[in-house]
Amino acid sequence: MLQEESDLSLIIAQIVQKLKGSNLYSQLERQAWASLQRPEIKLESLKEDIKEFFKISGWEKKLQNAVYSELSVFPLPSHPAAPPEHLKEPLVYMRKAQGSWEKRILKSLNSMCTELSIPLARKRPVGEQKELLNKWNEMGTDEPDLSLFRPVYAPKDFLEVLINLRNPNYENGDSLSFRTHLGLIQVPLKVKDIPELKECFVELGLNTGQLGIDDSTQVPPELFENEHVRIGQKVLAEQDSAAAQQYIRQGSPTALRAELWALILNISSEPEDVLYYEQLKTNVIQHDLLVDSLIYKDVKLTASNDDYYFVFEDYLYQVLLCFSRDTSVLSHFAYNSASPPKSYIRGKLGLEEYAVFYPPNGVIPFHGFSMYVAPLCFLYHEPSKLYQIFREMYVRFFFRLHSISSHPSGIVSLCLLFETLLQTYLPQLFYHLREIGAQPLRISFKWMVRAFSGYLATDQLLLLWDRILGYNSLEILAGDAQK
Amino acid sequence: MDEHVRISHFRNHYELTRKNYMVKNLKRFRKQLEREAGKLEAAKCDFFPKTFELPSEYHLFVEEFRKNPGITWIMKPVARSQGKGIFLFRRLKDIMDWRKDTRNSDDQKDDIPVENYVAQRYIENPYLIGGRKFDLRVYVLVMSYIPLRAWLYRDGFARFSNTRFTLNSIDDQYVHLTNVAVQKTSPDYHPKKGSKWMLQRFRQYLASKHGPQAVETLFRDMDNIFIKSLQSVQKVIISDKHCFELYGYDILIDQDLKPWLLEVNASPSLTASSQEDYELKTCLLEDTLHVVDMEARLTGREKRVGGFDLMWNDGPVSRDEGPPDLSGMGNFVTNTHLGCVNDRKKQLRQLFCSLQVQKKASN
Repeated sequence: MLQEESDLSLIIAQIVQKLKGSNLYSQLERQAWASLQRPEIKLESLKEDIKEFFKISGWEKKLQNAVYSELSVFPLPSHPAAPPEHLKEPLVYMRKAQGSWEKRILKSLNSMCTELSIPLARKRPVGEQKELLNKWNEMGTDEPDLSLFRPVYAPKDFLEVLINLRNPNYENGDSLSFRTHLGLIQVPLKVKDIPELKECFVELGLNTGQLGIDDSTQVPPELFENEHVRIGQKVLAEQDSAAAQQYIRQGSPTALRAELWALILNISSEPEDVLYYEQLKTNVIQHDLLVDSLIYKDVKLTASNDDYYFVFEDYLYQVLLCFSRDTSVLSHFAYNSASPPKSYIRGKLGLEEYAVFYPPNGVIPFHGFSMYVAPLCFLYHEPSKLYQIFREMYVRFFFRLHSISSHPSGIVSLCLLFETLLQTYLPQLFYHLREIGAQPLRISFKWMVRAFSGYLATDQLLLLWDRILGYNSLEILAGDAQK
Repeated sequence: MDEHVRISHFRNHYELTRKNYMVKNLKRFRKQLEREAGKLEAAKCDFFPKTFELPSEYHLFVEEFRKNPGITWIMKPVARSQGKGIFLFRRLKDIMDWRKDTRNSDDQKDDIPVENYVAQRYIENPYLIGGRKFDLRVYVLVMSYIPLRAWLYRDGFARFSNTRFTLNSIDDQYVHLTNVAVQKTSPDYHPKKGSKWMLQRFRQYLASKHGPQAVETLFRDMDNIFIKSLQSVQKVIISDKHCFELYGYDILIDQDLKPWLLEVNASPSLTASSQEDYELKTCLLEDTLHVVDMEARLTGREKRVGGFDLMWNDGPVSRDEGPPDLSGMGNFVTNTHLGCVNDRKKQLRQLFCSLQVQKKASN
């Protein structure tokens, strides 16, 4: 009991610490001061009256949403003496594997840089800055020569690394038995099996209505759809994050989706957010990064060639170029097993004072990265909001799809979950695919890494991402791949 | 002509498909509608941007031109396709020389045809997606004009211009003309892309941006365009029970979500620019042949055949079963599903199964 209490107070302290630095805190402070003018606030019962005022005016709800958001994103502190690396990734061999993978990527990036003799970053001349500013809304029309650039890595390279992951403390013997795992991933991580998944994803059961299935033309809307839409509107009116997350497990109606996602991710477009985005934009105009060319190449190779997303090409540049300069993204590395790559100012190799993170947000894009943003363009049209939503989706979910960790939503666990489910419930299919030389994971890996973006029709993809948000977990990707 | 022969065109389809004739017919129909049903009903015909036939209506055109200085006009040859010969202009000077040439036609012999043009008000505020202009291609199958029986195909597509829309460069053909034929020559054109969106995608995009109500209204307005345009030529088309025609309607949406009719094509392109496009067009052709029904399998009372929904059967066709609600009030929903789910294979299977059963029963 005592342990739980101290855990709770530790969590509360941490959250308070985090929220103190946020915008919401200063807004609440201002509101509290302003409320002193109101007649119903009396000096004798100041604390209660202000609390009451907050409740009525909706500020308490905003605070609740912020706390809920923190709880969803940050993992709970374990042992107070645990070093910070444990928060990123508790298993040593995973950390090592991630470390060596990062070294490889950085080496690849640096060698491309030397080969092409292009600096990692340079300041743009004024003329070029003006030009870029003019073309900001139509960067897709630019056709720079990208033939010498190649993506730093592709999902299949990453898969090879995962296949070779081994736990040095685990010995499963040479004898084959019915418990032998036939797939490519050979690490002993705990993954849920069907009964556990059923329990976890109870709202996806056959007896509960689902959007995407129970709103098809044959089913009369009175049975499920109308009621579901009505509840959705109510949830939005209440502005309750937790309720929205619960609601969206059954899918979101098209018209409400944009607002629901913003509510769940706790994104509200304040003037400060727009200003922040504008600052990033200025950053892009003033400095040119090598990563920019990689982004350009990726967009041209993937999204521009896609039947659905080619239209949004310009938005993708506006989001991704700003994203790579956003240092606030660095904070997610506290719970990401990956670490941002460091680069040194010319001539000062090894000296920590001259180390910078490169790219500034610490995320090196790979082949297909732009597809994380593309489906969001369907929902959000205002660049700064689109940007915020993408950034939040990335630091909550997408980063797990390309870093090596033991987290249940990490790509390693997802692959293992996929293979286990397939082996247990469709063994003949699994065996057959192996016989013809097509390990099932090799086929489904790229689907999972991209969270199915580009592989599923947009309406179905958005329904899938509804569930990711609803359950705050990526496990549904593995289940979907298995189907 | 033999009973069983079917011809895929009406003799004088140019009344609908040639821009100058269509304008004439529509103007006439509008006047008639105003006389019979009042201004409100006639206003429903205002889906065609102001058009003048040149050179015959040149003076009327100049009058309108002077009333609205600074707007952009588009000049289109009456009988050409694929975007050939079209240009934009803002000053009368630009077409002065062209007019001089045609004035001398009095000296020419009658058998040398003079090219007729129409000058049309250019829609300067088109709806943009991703900064690009697009137009919609919708397919309407007319089985007869008297009585008017028309079917609407559920699928269609939106054709995007490759470059970003701006009014600054009216000389840039590639920006303004969304015809695939013109886009194909644009330096940005990548054949793999196809620059097309299926109508389902378009409908979903609009619904998530503007809500389902606004989308319903837009599609209802488009239904109105199809019906009114066909009604306007109903009396002039030489009707023949052997004839049918598949029209390709080009619709442009402006920023207020108002649809405008650009033109009607009697021979819409049936070549495919991508796999999706190929599937659309083959299914379209297959379903057209099903409706034409040379095997005489259908009863004639069907409201849906594959991807085609019966839109007009000498009167509006309701989505609901039962007799139409003639009181004028109530929830009349037309039997059109443009941009909706097209489960045609399943529907065709069910349809032909039940037709077989009916046939066996009656034998």
